[in-house]
Amino acid sequence: MEATKQYIDFYSEVCETIASRSQTEMNAQREAALRTFSTQGFPSPKVERYRYAKVEADFSPNYGIALTPLSGPLPPYCFRMADAEPRVRVLYNNVADKADSIVALNTMLCVDTLVVHVPRGVRVEHPIQISNILKGEQDTMVSRRILIVMEELSEADVIITDRAASQSRFLTNQVIEVIMGDGSRLSLYDVEETHLLCTRYNSVFVRQGRDSRLHHTSLTLFNGHTRNRLDVQLQGEGSEVTANGCVIADKMQRVDNNTLIDHQTPACQSSELYKYVLDDSAVGAFAGKVLVREGAQKTVSKETNANLCATRSARMYSQPMLEIYADDVQCSHGSTVGQMNETALFYMRQRGIDEREARLLLKAAFITEVIETIPLESLRDRLHVLVDKRLRGELSKCEGCKLCK
Amino acid sequence: MAERNSFVREVAEKKYEYGFTTDVQTDIIEKGLSEDVVRLISHKKGEPEWLLEFRLNAFRYWLTLEQPTWGHLKMPPIDYQAISYYADPTKKGQGAGGKEQEAIDPELLKTFDKLGIPLEERMALAGTAVDAVMDSVSVKTTFREKLREKGIIFCSISEAVREHPDLVREYLGSVVPYRDNFFAALNSAVFSDGSFVYIPKGVRCPMELSTYFRINARGTGQFERTLIVCDDDAYVSYLEGCTAPMRDENQLHAAIVEIVVKERAEVKYSTVQNWYPGDSEGKGGVLNLVTKRGHLRGANSRLSWTQVETGSAITWKYPSCVLTGDNSQAEFYSVALTNNYQQADTGTKMIHIGKNTKSTIISKGISAGKSQNAYRGLVKVASTADGARNYSSCDSLLLGSKCGAHTFPYMDVHNDTAVVEHEATTSKISEDQLFYCNQRGISTEEAVSLIVNGYAKEVINKLPMEFAVEAQKLLGVSLEGAVG
Repeated sequence: MEATKQYIDFYSEVCETIASRSQTEMNAQREAALRTFSTQGFPSPKVERYRYAKVEADFSPNYGIALTPLSGPLPPYCFRMADAEPRVRVLYNNVADKADSIVALNTMLCVDTLVVHVPRGVRVEHPIQISNILKGEQDTMVSRRILIVMEELSEADVIITDRAASQSRFLTNQVIEVIMGDGSRLSLYDVEETHLLCTRYNSVFVRQGRDSRLHHTSLTLFNGHTRNRLDVQLQGEGSEVTANGCVIADKMQRVDNNTLIDHQTPACQSSELYKYVLDDSAVGAFAGKVLVREGAQKTVSKETNANLCATRSARMYSQPMLEIYADDVQCSHGSTVGQMNETALFYMRQRGIDEREARLLLKAAFITEVIETIPLESLRDRLHVLVDKRLRGELSKCEGCKLCK
Repeated sequence: MAERNSFVREVAEKKYEYGFTTDVQTDIIEKGLSEDVVRLISHKKGEPEWLLEFRLNAFRYWLTLEQPTWGHLKMPPIDYQAISYYADPTKKGQGAGGKEQEAIDPELLKTFDKLGIPLEERMALAGTAVDAVMDSVSVKTTFREKLREKGIIFCSISEAVREHPDLVREYLGSVVPYRDNFFAALNSAVFSDGSFVYIPKGVRCPMELSTYFRINARGTGQFERTLIVCDDDAYVSYLEGCTAPMRDENQLHAAIVEIVVKERAEVKYSTVQNWYPGDSEGKGGVLNLVTKRGHLRGANSRLSWTQVETGSAITWKYPSCVLTGDNSQAEFYSVALTNNYQQADTGTKMIHIGKNTKSTIISKGISAGKSQNAYRGLVKVASTADGARNYSSCDSLLLGSKCGAHTFPYMDVHNDTAVVEHEATTSKISEDQLFYCNQRGISTEEAVSLIVNGYAKEVINKLPMEFAVEAQKLLGVSLEGAVG
């Protein structure tokens, strides 16, 4: 409860500053969020969806809290909240789970929202890349908010990357809301390469219209503690979602992916593939629920979680769940935890590949299944390189941007 | 027309055929639960001081707990003060002399005859030894002499407390301690009767042992306790069956089953659970809240749970295995069928602690009507369990658009040499299969029954023969009216 109080006290001190720097649509939501957060506090592991997260411990340390609006040039189709169209601005906090206290905390403390707005029928040719770079001498907590609005029949690829450019401790609480109009298509990539002192809570909420297609990929290449939540509401008939993810974790890293695919209407399809490679004392958790509501007939859903534990102290928790209230459905899930194939290792060693290299190759091949599903070729190539470097332990900076060079 | 619907009509007429009540004089204690009630039960059974102490500790602990709510169930509130915790149908009212107690009320015998459980020696043909428990008391145990020759102890737990106190004291509560959960604490405080089995070293039990549970009296609950100890190199196959009369109130059944399996020993535990499921409106029915657990203590030991769950308004249980002994193996086979307003949240827990331990989980859920059927299972591999192996498969079959089928598997793996696999599918009966059957002159109702039986075959095959036949019939009956 200490930590909860700490944030409530902080908010009461700075609420006026926040409001003055922010927009009406965002300020209007803060009171309700404060109420939710004060009544619930940080969720304990007894809350089913936070079973594998240590929320209280993650939020307890003393962070300086960043309250600055967005700055710097923005890519095309991206706006600050103040510059976005009014009809888009009202969609703020519409899809997010308002009853969740982590989301509520974000709603309380977030100063600005990055709005990605693709108008009707527009096909965005180049991928939109949003780079979040954490930099500063002080330990900092950041509340980030992104609102993606895809109007009918629009298409876009959005890449969100998280990086840390300095060795301070960072705590990120990010909420992404995605609203997809009928017939729209979105590929959303989320790549995290930070460092061991970074903690990230990332909650993604998606609402899909009729015949819309979402391809969501979450890649955790390097981190400290990460919790990714993905909630997809398939509200329009015939909509499809593919949610894939891969995690490479070692040392004391912790990665928790928690997904909910909510089939609300008939004839929707969902497919999930999450793969984990865990080394040293890393802890991985995957909890994915597919909910098929009454009347959501002709649902096709597939969920796969495969995990590779490389050491004894690595731990994996896997929880693929199905909750089905309709009968004309095809739903399946599979989950495995295992080790590297000894025969394959032997085969490679026979051919002069040393054991370390052979193990690396197998791990890379294991992850490749996820990367190969990415439709964007340039990103796919880049990720192959990044994964290979990561497995060799070379990746501590991205080298991709000006800051790291 | 009459011909076409024969299957459905046959089963519709059958409904719940064990729904009768027996008019025997039953000694029921006052409703309510307090320390005095716990003392009274203990006194009525003439128990030693240590057992009373055990009960009281459990009761005091129970008072500190709250009923858990995490199940995927809509549970009616249970008033623990509105239940009578002890009902003894063997007591003969005022005329209860020492001699008369020996003889069993003929009404009672008739009851068990109706249930197909003849307590007399004709069971010799079936080759099964039976312990029959009605309400709170074990009525009669057959074949005791024959078993005794081999050194096997098979009796009611109250008798075991009197005659083999050391054994009971050593093992009671060693697998399911009273602090385990809410219902285990409740059971430990008020358990009335149940079966006790002890198989000595190296003995292979020559016949199947069986307990038949029946709730008869109104306003009572059943809190039986089964304890099975299988010593080194021994083997036993144990069956459990249960029924209850049709009543419009919810009756509580909170039992505990504890199994201890020692080195190289093997235990097979089969259950055909057919408590009264409530009527088609969801009124009444038994609340089946049971803690079952086996502890594979010895190396190379084996334990298998097989369950066919067709009854009860609410089933909430997870027959589990703790695999401590190296190379021990555990299996769990389950068919859970829910119809009308029945709810089930059942599955298993496999806790791997010893090296090279192996477990298999095969679960088949069938939901029909407006029922909810959930599989919930935990596979935990401790860091000590090198080379542990688990395979789980849970399939759900949906009959009707108003029912639900859910799967909640939990896998906690703390060892890099473990291999854990889980797969699950959910679907309805394929149109193709139905069409194929129809084409060949098999009516839809019959086809559904046929397909469901085929689907459950993998589990039913694991049951002893007599039980398998009963289970198959039960599946048919419980599906009554499910085909729209």
